[in-house]
Amino acid sequence: MYTFSQRLKTSAFILIALGLVGIVYGFLSTPKTIEDVEKIVAAAHHEGHGGHGGHATAASHDTHATPNHEAHAAKPEAHQEATHKTEDAHAVSHDTTHLAATDSIAQPVAPETAKKTLSVVPKKEKHIDPAVAHKEHIEHVMHQLQNKPWAALYVACIFFLLVTMGALAFYAIQQVAQAGWSPVLFRVMQGITAYLPVGSIIFFGLLLASGLHMNHLFTWMEDGVTKPGSPNYDALIDGKSGYLNFGFWIIRAAIFLLGWNLYRYFSRKNCLAQDEASDDAYYKKNFKLSATFLVFFIVSESIMAWDWIMSLDPHWFSTLFGWYVFASFFVSGITTISMVTLYLKSKGYLEYVNSSHIHDLSKFMFGISVFWTYLWFSQFMLIWYANIPEEVTYFVTRINDYTLPFWGAVGLNFVFPFLTLINTDFKRVAPIVVTAGVVILFGHYIDFFNMIMPATVGDQWFIGVSEISSVLFFLGLFILVVFNALTKAPLTPKRNPFMEESKHFHY
Amino acid sequence: MSSTKVIYALYNDDDVLMDAVKQTRKAHHHIEEVFTPFPVHGLDKAMGLAPTRLAICAFIYGCIGISVATWMMWNIMINDWPQDIGGKPSFSYLQNMPAFVPVMFEMTVFFAAHLMVITFYMRSRLWPFKKAENPDVRTTDDHFLMEVSVSGDEEAMIAFFKNTGAVEVKVIEKH
Repeated sequence: MYTFSQRLKTSAFILIALGLVGIVYGFLSTPKTIEDVEKIVAAAHHEGHGGHGGHATAASHDTHATPNHEAHAAKPEAHQEATHKTEDAHAVSHDTTHLAATDSIAQPVAPETAKKTLSVVPKKEKHIDPAVAHKEHIEHVMHQLQNKPWAALYVACIFFLLVTMGALAFYAIQQVAQAGWSPVLFRVMQGITAYLPVGSIIFFGLLLASGLHMNHLFTWMEDGVTKPGSPNYDALIDGKSGYLNFGFWIIRAAIFLLGWNLYRYFSRKNCLAQDEASDDAYYKKNFKLSATFLVFFIVSESIMAWDWIMSLDPHWFSTLFGWYVFASFFVSGITTISMVTLYLKSKGYLEYVNSSHIHDLSKFMFGISVFWTYLWFSQFMLIWYANIPEEVTYFVTRINDYTLPFWGAVGLNFVFPFLTLINTDFKRVAPIVVTAGVVILFGHYIDFFNMIMPATVGDQWFIGVSEISSVLFFLGLFILVVFNALTKAPLTPKRNPFMEESKHFHY
Repeated sequence: MSSTKVIYALYNDDDVLMDAVKQTRKAHHHIEEVFTPFPVHGLDKAMGLAPTRLAICAFIYGCIGISVATWMMWNIMINDWPQDIGGKPSFSYLQNMPAFVPVMFEMTVFFAAHLMVITFYMRSRLWPFKKAENPDVRTTDDHFLMEVSVSGDEEAMIAFFKNTGAVEVKVIEKH
């Protein structure tokens, strides 16, 4: 039996406390009124007059959502020139910014609008009062800034929830595949998935908070979006409202979370019952349950990805998105299993786990990292190649406003694990596996950050107090729940039919 | 030396063979070669053979492959004749890189796989009209053969191999 070390428990509590303080600070420090935002924007502009900082902000602003800018952005000189012009007339700058910015959440940009944004047009042609435009721009920035602590919380929460789901999917696959190597790791996997109920409840709370208009994470939930004649009216979202409406959306979420939790609960129950049984009835039950779960999972996973992540950009759609999200959290789940196993092994708790088990997990980490890259690239390249304005905006905002995280994720999730874990000997060396694991987990957090932040906070992103404390809070909670669950049952199942094979597994 | 003598010890079970190999190594007889009809898991370790470096070769070949692909497409598409084809930006390699990735990937795999296979053939001396080096036809079907060079007391060695469970022990003059 595992005993939760006091030191680890204390660290978990410290992480939770630090995280909570940071989260609260994040919420308290968001601007509440238009005046606050005015000050922030004015400060940013003021700085900009001296150097290039302000220019850059304005530039990223107007490229924010104009798809036709893409080719433009490729030529830095031309781009800067446009930016300078924009800067010259202050009001106009706001104007174009506003046009572009609202477009990101409203209509896909019509060709004329794009042209207007590119070449600075005299004010009167726009038929928009600069004061009104300025006010709308400030409001837009305010929404983005107010979204920041919410989005930070949302990213961290969904990341840890899905890491657990990755481990659960891996566990179910191992059961159904009748893998001979992994049964010694089943209790570790069950320990990790113990976070699922806790994570689900918090995440469901966040979804409800969005539905109750406590934040502006989901633009399709705003008032009047589907009401013709309303200033917020959006024909595209209205067309999707048969699917994207709060009632249906929250019911789907409830069904998925419930389904996953039920599988976890019964699977563990059967596994523990199998320890005390005199035949393999519970094992067979678990086999059937896992097979059923996997069917349910792959359907719910895909829909989950549309609902919780893709619908943040309600104008954008991508067919392989569900698989892409799956690859991202599946590899994170496997990495987490590997790291918890290595930790427990280093403390002397896993008698039967040998370097071959670690080797197998490392192979999965390596292989699924490459799989993630394959899907990441397929999605990116297909859209980049065809360059259809309505879908390419997704990548334009990410490449322009999130340059480092966007390309950095490929380095962290592909290049680094590829080069470190390709070597057979390295796959067995704990420090190397842990290093690769930390990089992979960080990389996939960044991946989720890249999926969620551009739609919610746009170019106002920053990895600051809110983001870091949200991660710390959920990390602490995760450690607390997982290692507490590990103390509840012996770390080696007793009567699994593949137990003997697994104990003597050698590669 | 005009000729050397070797012992052919034949076995009909891979477990017996493994034990025999271990005993032979312990007795410090030099194993020249072992012939088996199929791969026997762990035999190389029991014989004390050095691990293969084929994978390292493959990695290097892959690096060569991606370099060739990169240079080729940079030279053709960017350097030599940078045409505007359907609006794709051919100003620099990086700008148009996503379009080149499929070729870069395939070339990497192609070089790694084919050059590794050729390396394998060369290192194991395999080619179409090569004369087969088979000491006993049964070793491709259901027998295992261990070839050990004779040194010192021949009779004692024969007795030793009979003891390891060999179904047949022969002494052969090898030219």
